[in-house]
Amino acid sequence: MIFTIAGKELKALFASPLAWVVLTVVQVIVGYAFLRRLDDFLRLQSQLMQMASPPGATELVAAPTFAAAAVVLLFAVPILAMRLIAEERRNQTMVLLMSAPVSMSEIVVGKFLGVTAFLLVVVLLTALMPLSLAAGTRLDYGLLAGLAAGLALLAASFAAVSLFVSCLTVHPVAAAIGAFAALLGMMLTGEATSEGLRARGWHLAAELAQVFSPVKNFEPFGKGMLDSYAIACAVLLIVAFLALAIRQLEAARLRG
Amino acid sequence: MPRSAGAGFFINHVILGIFCPHYKGLSHPETIVTDMSEPIAATTISARALARSFGTHVAVNNIALELKRGEVLGFLGPNGAGKTTTMQMLTGNLAPTRGAISICGIDLLEQPAAAKARIGYLPEVPPLYRDLTVDEYLTLAAKLHRVPRARRAEATANAKQRCGLADVGAKLIGNLSKGYKQRVGLAQAIVHGPDVVILDEPTVGLDPNQIREIRGLIRELGGLHSVILSTHILPEVEAACDRVQIMHHGNIVYSDTIAALKQFHSGATVLLGLRRPPPLDELAAVPGVAAVEAVEPTMFRVQFTPGSDPSEVLVARSVASRWDLYQLKPAQTSLEDVFVNLTQTEQTETS
Repeated sequence: MIFTIAGKELKALFASPLAWVVLTVVQVIVGYAFLRRLDDFLRLQSQLMQMASPPGATELVAAPTFAAAAVVLLFAVPILAMRLIAEERRNQTMVLLMSAPVSMSEIVVGKFLGVTAFLLVVVLLTALMPLSLAAGTRLDYGLLAGLAAGLALLAASFAAVSLFVSCLTVHPVAAAIGAFAALLGMMLTGEATSEGLRARGWHLAAELAQVFSPVKNFEPFGKGMLDSYAIACAVLLIVAFLALAIRQLEAARLRG
Repeated sequence: MPRSAGAGFFINHVILGIFCPHYKGLSHPETIVTDMSEPIAATTISARALARSFGTHVAVNNIALELKRGEVLGFLGPNGAGKTTTMQMLTGNLAPTRGAISICGIDLLEQPAAAKARIGYLPEVPPLYRDLTVDEYLTLAAKLHRVPRARRAEATANAKQRCGLADVGAKLIGNLSKGYKQRVGLAQAIVHGPDVVILDEPTVGLDPNQIREIRGLIRELGGLHSVILSTHILPEVEAACDRVQIMHHGNIVYSDTIAALKQFHSGATVLLGLRRPPPLDELAAVPGVAAVEAVEPTMFRVQFTPGSDPSEVLVARSVASRWDLYQLKPAQTSLEDVFVNLTQTEQTETS
């Protein structure tokens, strides 16, 4: 049943122009960032040759390309996710799901998986750009895989947070702006909070604060590290926000 | 879970039963019953002491509702009486403040999935995805209602056929006219062969031909399913329903069968038009007449004593005494009478 709902979300996304617009915009922006980086890399070739162990194309071109994709997702995910609950409630189509023999957790997890599957397409398209360099140079496939995994986790974290905000209101645009504010807020304050807590000697609290700093969790992947702590933080963030979303919908059914 | 296995089995039978006249089970209804892993419950929907408040506002106040298999219940009431709230509670879209609801003996609050599988719901605004085609949408509805893969194509094809959607399967729902959208909503509510079909004003926005078709369909649904039909259109209830409940200010103020209603009120009041009327006393003296009231100088509202119908006597007297009778007709439909009486006496309800 979860996959029925996930499939429905995917289908609805691709049936509307929204998905295609988002994919196009992401491709244009990330493509531009990729080409800029590639240009810089080619111009710096002579200087790089003189270094003892020069950084490769993957490090200098692929990593910034993925970082650019992460920034674009920060804007795109709230808009994609506003449809999930807020728009369904506004269009009164949520009734179809609520009257069906489907539990609230199945609805929420299904919708989360649907939008995450779409975001994986974005990650894949982003990964294809640096992969095209394989025609002319040797790539560090380990680093590339790490970057892709990091971006996928980041996208899923954004999706979970935005899905929760989408449950809070029936106004799709308010949901999108709210989700964007929440993500930006987490990005800006998560790390500072973590550092502040650590400075006071509250190490456990500092580590926990990192859960709410999805971009910080992305960093180790950019260095080619598969940091199990960062993965655990991202998974914890996703589970926490999905649980909040389920609770919120249950409460809405009680409140009316 | 043996229980849900039983439910699935039952649903298959009902789907095949309704949709394919050649299906063996239909011509031998007894075999369905003996085949069942659990007996068909005679009561399909039962709600006890159901109440719902929004803050301090009491939308539904302690109502009870019961529906038997094959019954069509007309659910009436003025705007804001609590009909939609009640329907939302019966379909699990809204949690009741108090009370219990059971669908075919399954508690809706304890086992929502098993109970919801037996309900089909068409809300006031049909829950349609404009970006999907009719076929895609009905397949989705069938999947969501756990119609097994093998039956899905058949179930959607038959729902389309019954609702007159056979030609528009490949069209986008957003491009359909309002009447067709309403039909898609109805098809969605019956695609999984539910035991109870709950329809919230299903004929709003349809043309008279479509209304007749939908009414016919509702009658047909009443054969195997139970139907709750909410509407403002009183003749619709008289035409399609077995029983009627009238809601007012969150309470059920009237509940009776249409047959009893018709019998009790048949010809209870007539409008009598006389060009040269006699004094009122003379009219009131006619045997079987309970009361007479002049509406206009030549028009009288004549109320009969219950169970008697002195229309012929009135006609005969009129001829004999040259009252010049020019009109004799039932004053109002019986249901309208009851409805207006119950829902306009605000004070007696609230006190």
